[in-house]
Parts: sequence; C-alpha cells; structure tokens
Amino acid sequence: MDIFNLIFSFLYQFGDAFAFLVLSACGLAVIFGMMGVINLAHGEFIMCGAYVSTSAAHAGLPLPLAIIAGAVAAGIAGMIVELAVIRPLYQRPLDTIVATWGISMIVTQGTLIVLGPSMQGVGTPFGSFTLGGYSYSVYRVILMIAAVGTLVLLWLMFTRTRFGLLSRATIQVPHVAEAMGVNTNLIYSLTFGLGAGLAGLAGGLYAPTMTLVPTMGASFMVEAFVTVVVGGADIFLGTAPAAAILGIIKAALTGWQGQLAGQIGLLIAVIIVIRILPRGISGKILKERA
Amino acid sequence: MADHSRLRAALRLIEGPQTIGRGPKFWMGFAIVLAGACAYPMFADSYDVGNNVYFFNWLFMAMGLSLIWGYGGSLSFGQTAFFGVAGYCYGVLTINLGDAYGLTLLSTLIAVGFSALFAAVLGYFLFFGRINGVFLGIVSLSVTLVLERFMAQTAGPQWAIGSARLNGFNGMGGMPSLTIPWPGGSIVLFPDLPLYYLTLALLVVIYLALRMLVNSRFGNVLVAIRENPQRAEMLGYDIRKFQLGGFVIGSALAGLSGVLYTSWGNYITPASMGMTAAALPIVWVAVGGRGDLTTTLVGTLAVLIVFQRLTIHGSQYALVVMGILLVVTVLVAPRGIVMGVADASSRLIRRKDTR
Repeated sequence: MDIFNLIFSFLYQFGDAFAFLVLSACGLAVIFGMMGVINLAHGEFIMCGAYVSTSAAHAGLPLPLAIIAGAVAAGIAGMIVELAVIRPLYQRPLDTIVATWGISMIVTQGTLIVLGPSMQGVGTPFGSFTLGGYSYSVYRVILMIAAVGTLVLLWLMFTRTRFGLLSRATIQVPHVAEAMGVNTNLIYSLTFGLGAGLAGLAGGLYAPTMTLVPTMGASFMVEAFVTVVVGGADIFLGTAPAAAILGIIKAALTGWQGQLAGQIGLLIAVIIVIRILPRGISGKILKERA
Repeated sequence: MADHSRLRAALRLIEGPQTIGRGPKFWMGFAIVLAGACAYPMFADSYDVGNNVYFFNWLFMAMGLSLIWGYGGSLSFGQTAFFGVAGYCYGVLTINLGDAYGLTLLSTLIAVGFSALFAAVLGYFLFFGRINGVFLGIVSLSVTLVLERFMAQTAGPQWAIGSARLNGFNGMGGMPSLTIPWPGGSIVLFPDLPLYYLTLALLVVIYLALRMLVNSRFGNVLVAIRENPQRAEMLGYDIRKFQLGGFVIGSALAGLSGVLYTSWGNYITPASMGMTAAALPIVWVAVGGRGDLTTTLVGTLAVLIVFQRLTIHGSQYALVVMGILLVVTVLVAPRGIVMGVADASSRLIRRKDTR
C-alpha cells in the first residue's frame, strides 16, 4: 500500500519533470535539429505564448482555445523574426545565437516597459485529486498527456505529411532539395515558425501554473538547453529519450533535496554526458545505425 | 645574454599578424592615449575618477572574451560565471582574513586562481568532449544561470563560510577594498586616484601581454583553430589543449574583473551572473569588434559609456537599445563597429582614388 503510494508519487514527479522537459525543449529542438540554429529567444517565445493565451483567457476564450491562440501568436512572431534576422545569417550559425540573444533582450525589456512588471494570471484549473494521503494536481496530469500528444503529433507531421517530407529532404541535402524544386526558404521559415509555435504552446500550457513576468522565459531556458544538448539534433531519437532520462534524475533529486538540487543535478549530468556522448543520444544512435 | 635575446624576441611579438596597429604611428597614438588617461584625474573630480575605474574593471572580462571568442572561435556565454565565482571567492576570503598584511592581494590571487581552476574543470569536459561552438555557448550559459539561482537562495545564517554570510538574493557586502601594505600605514584603494592608477597599470600590462600572447605560437595556433579546426588538427596540434588554454586564460581575466568589481563597490550580487549580466559582455565584444584586442578595448569602453549615459537618462530603454545595437551589429557589421567604420571609410577613400 505504502509502496504503491511511493511509486505513484515518484511516477507523478517523473511525469511532471518529463512533461516540462519535453514541452520546453521541443521548440528549441525542432529549430536546432532542422536548421542548426540555437534560438536564444526561445524563452521569449514561451513568454509570448503565455501572455497571449492568458490575455485571451481573460477576454473570455475557453482555456484550450486560448492556449492554441498563444501558440499561433508565437508561431507568427517566429516567422517574422526568421524573415528579418535569421535569414541573412544562415551562413554564420554562431552569429544567429548572438542575434537571437539581442532579440531576447529587446523583447524582455520591451514587455516590461509596455505591459509592466507582471500580469494577472488565470488560476490552475481542475483542482486536485487525492491518493493515499497525497494530493495531486489534475492539470499536471493533463500537461503530461499534452507532452506525449505533442510528440505524437510532431512524429505524424514529420513522417506523414508533405511538409514533413519536404522538410526532411531540406535538412538532409539543402542544395539537392532546392534543385528538385523545393522552396527551401519557405521550409526554413515554416520550421522556425513551428519551433516558435511549440515554444508558445509550452508557454500557454504552463501559464496557469506560473507567475507571468517578462523574464519568465529564462526559467525554461536551462531545462530546454540541457535536454537539447543531451538529446542531440534529432527530436524523436534524442529529445524524447533525453527528457525521459533527465526526468528521472530531476524527479529523484527534486524529491530528495528540492527544486534547485534537481536543476544542478541536470547540469552536472549534462556536462558528464557531453564528455561521453558529444553529439547527444541521437548522434550515438544514428552513428551506430549508419 | 640568452635571456636578453629571449626578452627581445618576446617584445617583438607585441606587434604581429594577429593584432592591428603597428609601427611608430600606432605606438605614438598609444602613448598619447595613455598619457591622456594618466592626466585624466587632474581634470576630473573624484566621482568621475571612481566611475572610470568601474569602466576599467569590465575591460579585463571583455579582453578575455575576445581571446576566447574572437581569437579562439569558441563562443562562451558564461564568462559571468567566472566573474561571479571570483567575486564571491574574494568576498569570502577577505571577510574571513581581513585586510592587514596584504592579505587582500593574496585573496585576489587565490580568487582569480580559483576561477581559472573552475574554468579548467569545466573546459576539460567541454573541449575534451569536442563540443562545437553552439553547444559550448549553451552549456556555459546554463552554468552561469544555475550559479545565479544557487547563490540567490543562499539566504539565512546556515549559508555562511567562516564569518562571511552569502546573503542570498541581496548579495554579499562589507568586504574590504584592496589594500597595499606600506610602512607607516597601509594604502586602502578606495575608488579614487590610487585605485585608478593601479587599474590603469594593470590594464596596460595585460593588454600588452595579451598582444604578445596572440602573436606568439600559441596565439597563431588558436587563430588557426578558429579558421579551420580540422586542418589545425591535421597539422599535428592537439587543438583541445590550445582551446582549453585560451578558455582558462580568458576566464581568469573574467575572474580578475570580478575581484576588481567586488573590491571596487564592496559588494557582489547573484544578479551579476544572471541572464542580463551574461548578455552584456557579448554585446560589448560583438559590437566593439571581437576579432582584435584593440578594437575590443576601444569598443567596450565606448559601449560602456553609452550604456551608462542611457541608463541615467532613460533607464528602462537602455537594455532595448543594447539589444537593437547587438542585432544591427551582427547583421550589418559582423566584425564590429570599429572595423565596420574603418572598412567603410577606406572603401570611400579608395573610391575617390580611382576616380
């Protein structure tokens, strides 16, 4: 009985950590995996999604629709950024990091100036359920389902749709894809929009559980980076297993020593993983397959 | 005699292929600027002098980043981690040891050494794991963000090292300034004339030493790695060792900045390792021109002064302007503003010549 409770509690902690890692990282991973660009404004797209979905919810939109609105808004913002700043820099990947960092500074401070230091949130919906003396939030369970659902949808998108086919062709050999008549610029633009939209989705989903401040994006950054570094360039072979492994580490350390220990543990895990698997889990898997 | 010629050989490295500026004209200009800097306190009040020391404090970190990023080609976003580690280390040591007998100077050495050691450990994992540029940036940024969060939660009496309280989010204060023991009363270096000249001297020495370093064999290999890591490796260099070496030197300079800043203001906060703080060195070095020590120095100083003016007149817009400056520089003048202006003007002159 007690054992069952403990196991369930750990599974809940693990699922929570896994959902957070997957949702915060998949937007970053899509952009990095497809384009080799590390988007340092990732946190700001998350913030954008959170702000838009919260405002939409305040305006009376039901929460699921509000979250989708946040994702779409972030996606459109992403495509604008891609067009204006990223496109001229494709030949200089290191400079895209610096440029997106500049965007991140502008957006964070701009939001602070325009919208003030914080925004009224919407409370966490659905209340909680109790099991064996512990109480668990229903919404957190929904987040876990959303994380898995997002992965499944992404997989379907990349393997079953025309966009998925063209985008995979574009990553493999851009020049050949272009010669075959693929509009690679459009693909890059859509991919960046997709990544930003996924970040917005994460922001919208987590908005009811967090305080909305202009710097909230930074609280996703460490987890997102760490997952992408451990995972490597592939979303399905990399990000998902990395999130699972890191989720176990984080849940165990958080349960034992608290939130910060979980984060420090993640960072140390990453530094060690880098030494052993420089190209992440997916690099290792793909190399063995080849 | 052998020593003598070796010294001369080292001095010859002060100008070379990796640094712009050579010949009597450049050094004449250098001497004039230096003389101006030495004479400056005569024309300024003590607040301005102290404020200038504040600017100088950051230049060490900027030059270190120029070495790592501009010369070595490895983009480190986490220089503030070493800044903060050394600053806290100095604080803890001096609060416990006191400022007598030159112990603050010893603490400075230990703090800089500690940040170099930290860089060496981190760098070992990164470079010997053969991490490429992008991941290096992410991991170093994560390190500084996690350090910030760690220091921010160290409030309460249980977080103390000896008699030094870490004080969490509010940061640590009350450590003594740098003090030089002197017969007949030691000299406390408050942000005023003596500290100004000491920092200026340190700046000149390190600038010249770095010039020699990047023109030496070590620096040439570092540049070769930036240009093409595979080729450098095929030529027989263990690029990991060179990258690690550059990283440790640059990070020790960030640590030196941290110590000087901590002793200048007698305080250090976790925010000095946060996202905004970490972005600023990147802005200075990228905008100034990372590829050369001199442009980094000039550009950083200019950006710092502009940033402070902006903060005074429209505090909240300062960071927005910095962000825009960074994006525009990367898009329009990737080699930095100093080189961008030089290129544009030389193009203009050449066009006139051909006409």
